[in-house]
Amino acid sequence: MRKILVTVLGVLVLAGAAIGYVVSARTGAAVNAVPVQNGTIELGPDRLYFRNTAAGPDEGKLASLPSASSAVRLVDGLKCDRFALAKGTGICLALQPGVLPPITDVVVVGRDMSVVYKKSLPGTPSRARVSPDGKIVYWTVFVTGDSYAATGFSTRAGLYDLEKKQLVKSIEEMAVYVDGRRYRSSDINYWGITFAGDGNRFYATMASKGKTHLVEADYQDFNGKATLENVECPSLSPDEKRIAFKQRNPDGTWRLSVVELATRKIVRTAETGNVDDQPLWRDNTTLLYGLTGSDGGSDIWSVPANGSGAPVLVVPDAASPAVLAR
Amino acid sequence: MYLADTRAAGTTKGKIGRRVSGNVLALGMVSLVTDISAEMVTAVLPLYLVVGLGLNPLQFGLLDGLYAGATALVRLVGGHAADRWRRLKAVAGIGYGLSAASKLGLLAAGSSVPAIGAVLAVDRAGKGIRTAPRDALISLSSEPESLGRSFGVHRAMDTIGAFLGPLVAMVVLWGSLGDYSSVFVTSFCIATIGVLVLVAFVRDRPPTDGPAKPVPVRSMLQLLRIPGFRRLCGWAAALALISVTDSFLYLALQRNFDVSTTMFPLLPLGTAGVYLLLAVPLGRLADKYGRWRVFVGGHLVMATALGLVCGPFAGWWIAVCVLVLHGVFYAATDGVLMAAAGPWLPEHLRASGMALIQTGQALARMVSAVLFGLAWTLWDLRPTMIVVAVGLLVVTIAAALLKPWEKPA
Repeated sequence: MRKILVTVLGVLVLAGAAIGYVVSARTGAAVNAVPVQNGTIELGPDRLYFRNTAAGPDEGKLASLPSASSAVRLVDGLKCDRFALAKGTGICLALQPGVLPPITDVVVVGRDMSVVYKKSLPGTPSRARVSPDGKIVYWTVFVTGDSYAATGFSTRAGLYDLEKKQLVKSIEEMAVYVDGRRYRSSDINYWGITFAGDGNRFYATMASKGKTHLVEADYQDFNGKATLENVECPSLSPDEKRIAFKQRNPDGTWRLSVVELATRKIVRTAETGNVDDQPLWRDNTTLLYGLTGSDGGSDIWSVPANGSGAPVLVVPDAASPAVLAR
Repeated sequence: MYLADTRAAGTTKGKIGRRVSGNVLALGMVSLVTDISAEMVTAVLPLYLVVGLGLNPLQFGLLDGLYAGATALVRLVGGHAADRWRRLKAVAGIGYGLSAASKLGLLAAGSSVPAIGAVLAVDRAGKGIRTAPRDALISLSSEPESLGRSFGVHRAMDTIGAFLGPLVAMVVLWGSLGDYSSVFVTSFCIATIGVLVLVAFVRDRPPTDGPAKPVPVRSMLQLLRIPGFRRLCGWAAALALISVTDSFLYLALQRNFDVSTTMFPLLPLGTAGVYLLLAVPLGRLADKYGRWRVFVGGHLVMATALGLVCGPFAGWWIAVCVLVLHGVFYAATDGVLMAAAGPWLPEHLRASGMALIQTGQALARMVSAVLFGLAWTLWDLRPTMIVVAVGLLVVTIAAALLKPWEKPA
């Protein structure tokens, strides 16, 4: 009898502790740690767009700043884990709250932030980009359940063609060639797509058997060939001569680097921190990227693409930078 | 030669064949609660890593392969330790405790990849340590003639926990407005409740046979001198070697039947649902008609499922059939094998024996997964599936014809 009593007591204490913790977690910061101004965001040049990660009621929402001043960040109602834009087209990847297994909403918006297309896909948001002509949006999500190991993860990179209204849920079906031979493997993963200005040529990282390849692909013919190794999360420069990427170090961290496509010469940027992001070209000379700080928060930094200079903090408490290039 | 089960290991007060012992129900309850806790974390871990911490979870996939091998060896340690000190409940309790503590470890690890890896390793080690002593306890707490039913009840309760886990995680995420640490804290509290139930309601079952002094390490391998048990281990490993891991089967289903990606995460639920419904009936069937027979029959069902996957028919109903057969396979094999192994093992070495057979099976499955991945790459999916289906059929028929299940009187 005493056993039952003690157990019931223990269960009550533990259940109370759990419920207490859950309830206390509800009351997050009531005021924004970084002041914001609520308003309507429009997609235009000379502005920087990002995910507001400062604690407070507006955490996780899409925010915007004039690129050349330290004005108060303008916050729209739209929540985005990843955001990107080009030529009047924006893509927002937002995780559906409290849904398991996780589902990501892919939301495509026009210049005035009106929703043009919306699709729910399984997985958690990882990368998002828009082709320079604004006609194709593409993304990467992490999915669980289809890896060798029961708790393993894999990626799924997909795209949506706004002109043809055509959805490609995964580019894994694409014919791919490594060393001139058709490559088939059950463990192929793609991530980090980046399109060229013609809206046809694109690059992505393909991983298989512990190696990562940079794949140069043709959208119309839907095939690709591996060109370089250890080039992850590629980002093609506006002049299309170089690719910024994260290069894996032997210790498993990443170094933000740039490769010149004609010469294959690799330049390591002055950023020595572990950059786990698809870099963004602000223009032909400067890179933007999100970086996790020592406190676990995220900030947006910039660094020259040619290996010179030093990293500069652009926006604190922010992630997923986006600008209208060209 | 050992002849085990000389006497009924009864703690049952009810009529034989009607009820399972209170100890089995208590162990089932512990597993149910623990599985809620474990599956909560499994369900939110990818979210936590990617969205919460901004990490790249692909790194964890690599770690996971390493853990699988390590868990197999930890299992042997747990089994031996339990027998050596004649403390099944204590060793199982340590395993459950380690897994519970690892839930708080996730909070402490912060965003450090090595620390999170270490915490997940502790969780896996806890799972490895507890499994064999727990199964030995179930076995020793049951009437020899209703072992199949006991394991069926335990596995069904375990699966209920696995079903509830993601639901509880969703409720916590909803209640805490998407706070991941709330999920870990709740998971820790639930896991601790599991340990409490174990401490309070599970009775240890010290063996009544064997020497009083600690059993030496070599006694585990000496179990393989029991011809019946040796054959059981050998065939179980051989059948595991020609198997298809769950993830490969689901991938194959997705490729062949064009299962939508939204539906994909639901496939394992189909298998688990059928397993849940059939674990007890098939356990009873095993008690009545022979455990090894049901075990072999389960593999015949699996071979049929593989045949359907690579067969000429298409349509969603084939995919449903495959899932149902996959669930039947689990219900006919998972607990049933332990029930079949029990009677061969002397009481004082039961945890060691269960660890041995589980480790053999786990290692064979690992090798099989690597080979399957290789074959898939070389020959593509359909030929690989056909080879495995035919191979499984051949080994199953051989196992059926050679009748290694002939049980001691």
